[in-house]
Amino acid sequence: MIHDHGVLPAEPEKATLEGRNKVLGFWLFLGGETVLFGSLFATYLALKESFVGGPSPEELFDLKIVALATILLLTSSLTSVFGVMAMHKHNTKLMQLWFGITVILGAGFLGLEVYEFYHYYHEGHTLTSNAFGSAFYTLVGFHGGHVAFGVTWIALLQAQLAKKGLTVVTAPKFYVAALYWHFVDLVWVFIFTVVYLMGKVGA
Amino acid sequence: MAQHAARPRNTGLKDWLTTVDHKKIGILYLVAGGFFFLLGGIEAVLMRLQLMYPESNLFVGATFNELLTMHGTTMIFLAAMPIIFALMNAIVPLQIGARDVAFPFVNSLGFWLFFFGGTLLNLSWFLGGAPDAGWTAYPPLSGTTYSSTHGVSFYVLGLQIAGLGTLIGGINFLVTIINMRAPGMTFMRMPLFTWSAFITSALILFAFPAITVGLVLLMFDRIFGANFFEVANGGNVVLWQHLFWIFGHPEVYILILPAFGIISEVVATFSKKRLFGYSAMVFATIVIGFLGFMVWAHHMFTVGMGPVANALFSIATMLIAVPTGIKIFNWLLTMWGGQIRFTTANLFAVGFIPTFVIGGMTGVMLAVAPADFQYHDSYFVVAHFHYVIVGGMAFGLFSGCYYWWPKMFGKMLNETIGKWNFWLFFIGFHLTFFPQHFLGLTGMPRRVYTYMAGQGWEMGNMISTIGALVMTLGTAVFLWNAFVTSRKAEKAPADPWDARTLEWAIPSPAPEYNFAQTPRVRGLDALWVEKMAGNKGMTPAEPLGPIHMPSPSILPFLMSVGFFIAGFGFIYHQTIVSVVGLLVVFYGMFARSLFDDHGFHIEVDEIKETEKGVKL
Amino acid sequence: MGLDCMMRRLQQVGRLLPLFAVLALMLTGCSSDPYLSALTPKGPAAEMQLFMMKLSLYVMLFVFAVVVAIFAYVLVRYRKRKGDNSIPEQVEGNHKLEIIWTVIPFLLLIVIAVPMVSTTFTLAKDYSQDKEAVKVKVTAHQFWWEFDYPEAKIKTAQELYIPVGKKVWLELTSADVIHSFWVPGIAGKIDTNPGMKNTMWLEASEEGVFQGKCAELCGASHALMDFKVKVVSQEEFDAWVAKMSKEKPESTTDGADTALAAEGEKIFQQSCVSCHAIDGNGGKIGPDLSNYSERQTVAGFLRNDPTHTGDEAVRTENLKKNLHKWLSNPEEVKPGNLMKIGQLKPEEVDALTEYLSNLKRQ
Repeated sequence: MIHDHGVLPAEPEKATLEGRNKVLGFWLFLGGETVLFGSLFATYLALKESFVGGPSPEELFDLKIVALATILLLTSSLTSVFGVMAMHKHNTKLMQLWFGITVILGAGFLGLEVYEFYHYYHEGHTLTSNAFGSAFYTLVGFHGGHVAFGVTWIALLQAQLAKKGLTVVTAPKFYVAALYWHFVDLVWVFIFTVVYLMGKVGA
Repeated sequence: MAQHAARPRNTGLKDWLTTVDHKKIGILYLVAGGFFFLLGGIEAVLMRLQLMYPESNLFVGATFNELLTMHGTTMIFLAAMPIIFALMNAIVPLQIGARDVAFPFVNSLGFWLFFFGGTLLNLSWFLGGAPDAGWTAYPPLSGTTYSSTHGVSFYVLGLQIAGLGTLIGGINFLVTIINMRAPGMTFMRMPLFTWSAFITSALILFAFPAITVGLVLLMFDRIFGANFFEVANGGNVVLWQHLFWIFGHPEVYILILPAFGIISEVVATFSKKRLFGYSAMVFATIVIGFLGFMVWAHHMFTVGMGPVANALFSIATMLIAVPTGIKIFNWLLTMWGGQIRFTTANLFAVGFIPTFVIGGMTGVMLAVAPADFQYHDSYFVVAHFHYVIVGGMAFGLFSGCYYWWPKMFGKMLNETIGKWNFWLFFIGFHLTFFPQHFLGLTGMPRRVYTYMAGQGWEMGNMISTIGALVMTLGTAVFLWNAFVTSRKAEKAPADPWDARTLEWAIPSPAPEYNFAQTPRVRGLDALWVEKMAGNKGMTPAEPLGPIHMPSPSILPFLMSVGFFIAGFGFIYHQTIVSVVGLLVVFYGMFARSLFDDHGFHIEVDEIKETEKGVKL
Repeated sequence: MGLDCMMRRLQQVGRLLPLFAVLALMLTGCSSDPYLSALTPKGPAAEMQLFMMKLSLYVMLFVFAVVVAIFAYVLVRYRKRKGDNSIPEQVEGNHKLEIIWTVIPFLLLIVIAVPMVSTTFTLAKDYSQDKEAVKVKVTAHQFWWEFDYPEAKIKTAQELYIPVGKKVWLELTSADVIHSFWVPGIAGKIDTNPGMKNTMWLEASEEGVFQGKCAELCGASHALMDFKVKVVSQEEFDAWVAKMSKEKPESTTDGADTALAAEGEKIFQQSCVSCHAIDGNGGKIGPDLSNYSERQTVAGFLRNDPTHTGDEAVRTENLKKNLHKWLSNPEEVKPGNLMKIGQLKPEEVDALTEYLSNLKRQ
């Protein structure tokens, strides 16, 4: 057990077979997640014109809030990269800082999304109002759920890091959490394009 | 090593609830899958009894629809998949020379999710009625307007939970096969069963998320009043069919590829020959898996997609016949020039070949879109997919059970009873399903609870029901065989069939740690290579030392109970119950992340003790 | 010894021959209903489909024969003989053979694929602008069929009248769940999807009453959701159109026990008219019942002339019998149907039966 001796390799997430399994398994999991979001996007594209009686995407969306949310999330992806770089340098303090910022930015994104949904709700755009509403909230909501899970997850990992320190056990966890975070970020880029930009311009 | 726990000694129920040993999980899958197989079989027999005569009144209308829905759903998701997972768990790590799977904890979680998902689904029988919209659950029939009992909600939640278990199981096997192969076990030296497990797992990974989404949409419609399939509010009913079949067609190959793998192992072993055209077999498996994703819409030729889509999907579907044909001819040529022994395992494998070819023939016939306008949703289709799924996959699974039973349980199934098992099942099968081709061609739609006399369907239905009873007898004989075998004292040798692959290099049943020393693989058919070189067993790739094992855990069981509770909450619109259930799940995830599992070691003395009395 | 064994096996196969004969008999469709089977086509679409079925079957039977021949030979020839413990040659493969059994199936598939594509497009031909074609709008309901002739302004249920040898252009949809319109003897099937419109052409080359089925699981009485396609001569069709499309139609109940029929009409006007229309008066929830006396079936599936005798007396007698059965307990006859009439008194059933079974357009 390497960590017993206090010597951590340069890439601690791949030092053990367990770590390598975890990273590979997580990549595969993200492959499955891609199909999941692909199906949700297909559903949205099939139903986005079906706003019988309700507000259309064009009337509804406010790009300013969404653009701000996008900036927050994209930045958080960058800070998580800095976090992993700090991990490779075995700098626990810097790791805590960068991942801490990631969590805060993610939480900010969530706050904006909740505000946005609240706003739509009062304009008569709900999960049950029409098929467009159902597809919109399911797609964007699934992504939001992923962000919420990620924020909680990374925060808990930070608590573990504080308690257990950086080891060959904790390192792969941060690594896959960062992978997850990039994936969630990437999905948002597609949501921003397909749902919001195309909803505003494409109509 | 101070933080390593002492070796846990769980026994009885606690052992089975907490085990993370892939071999025990394999047995759990086999027992639970076998139980659901019997349930699905009973449902089938009840339907056949109703259809034995025209205008019967045993199971009428909605009751019959519940039977047909639960028969299909149970057989596909709760019997076929788990029994495949049983054999994959029991055998794949042994075939690649691994001590364990990549994620033993996840493996256990996968089993318990399937188990509680299946239990949840079947509880619907006692709680106001089972789902009745077919295993395909096409909306709007499966929506609340036309299916107002909780039945379809049980279907949605039960399958969602079980499906999650399957998905993580698939990831587990992918990583296991990629990362945990013994030294020298290159990809092109892997046994065909492991290859098929690998491709099947990849299909699971990319197919199951589609049904996950489909089920989420249906759940939101049924439980939260969403409008995905509510036409009046802009919904689209065909959307479900696309999502369902994007999953559903690969699912067919998820089921059949492992059977191909089993047949490849069994035919080679009992012909005493190397598999003919190994690389072509691997290639064909990959191509079938790939094409499996390109053809989903051939289930939808009559939906009204237009001639261009119909023609394209038609051609893509026919293409699958080519790699499948390669496999058939390679099996025949494997037997050619061999020393064929007709053990029960090989009887099932040999019986598989013409049966599956018939299923493949009708498959190509069905792929022809204009002709499918006649076959679609008729008994011809019922005949076709039972030839593929029963005549293909179930024969394969029976073959695999007879072949690997000694490795799983340490005892050989009785061969005489086994032959009765085979012949009854084989004859019963053809009697049941062969006439159904003609029923379909002469106008009998599928999923009908009765038919009027005088349409020319009496004889076909009568023969079919008699066949179903003979098949039932065949299955009962198998159970009898398993019972008789469990009572006998004689232990199976390590390599009872004079076989070729790694799993036969270790004692029967496989010890907890699988390989006392990780073997070094020197070619395809690793054990055969050593036998031909005159060696007594595998050459070890490492010195004998203490073996690190993962600790058992109750968390997978607990988390699955959490999902089960949450499922109930969703079905009955009880938010608090759902939240409680999900909190249990999150607690499990949290505990798993927070408390590191350091595992334990099996010491050298104990390994030596275990290996001592081995009959090689 | 090997030859001996082969002979024994051949004898075994010989014993199976009668079984094959029976199956072959079934294949020719001898025992099947000639107005229901896809194997006895009575129209160009079904004929094209049968051609494709046969073509693909023959190609596949060729493959099957090759497989079975090798299979049988291998099983007999390469069984392990007692005492023979030699180790067979461990053959890796054979590229030439492998290329052969990849390429030949490929070529065989092309043989099927080419006519497949052309048939697919022929079957999808659009006759919506064809002035000669009879246009019908089909709406499927749980568990009955509505046929609407927009040009002639005729609405019927359960029975589709079409002229022989003419193209019929169908536009199909559903009022509730997904159903599938299938007339095996004349054409294949197409789904009826709620909120969408599908199209299909029909043409029958022979007169007769063809059986139609719902082919998509649609609820409790999916099994009983039959309909009829009545193919008649052009003259007969024109006469039927003239009769059914009268501007101010009036039905008679000639030949009926008038007092009983009048009583039946009274009950109908009280209890049935909110869902069922006769001569344009009444609701649209249930099937239109105009000219009910000419129906081939009751409730869509109880056949009034089950053996195709063509005898009007037989049909009328069965019509009354079936109608009586249906009205006495609809839920038992057709579970899950939406006709919620409660329990009618026997005399009410008699009266309604008398009224409906004599309902004729003048």
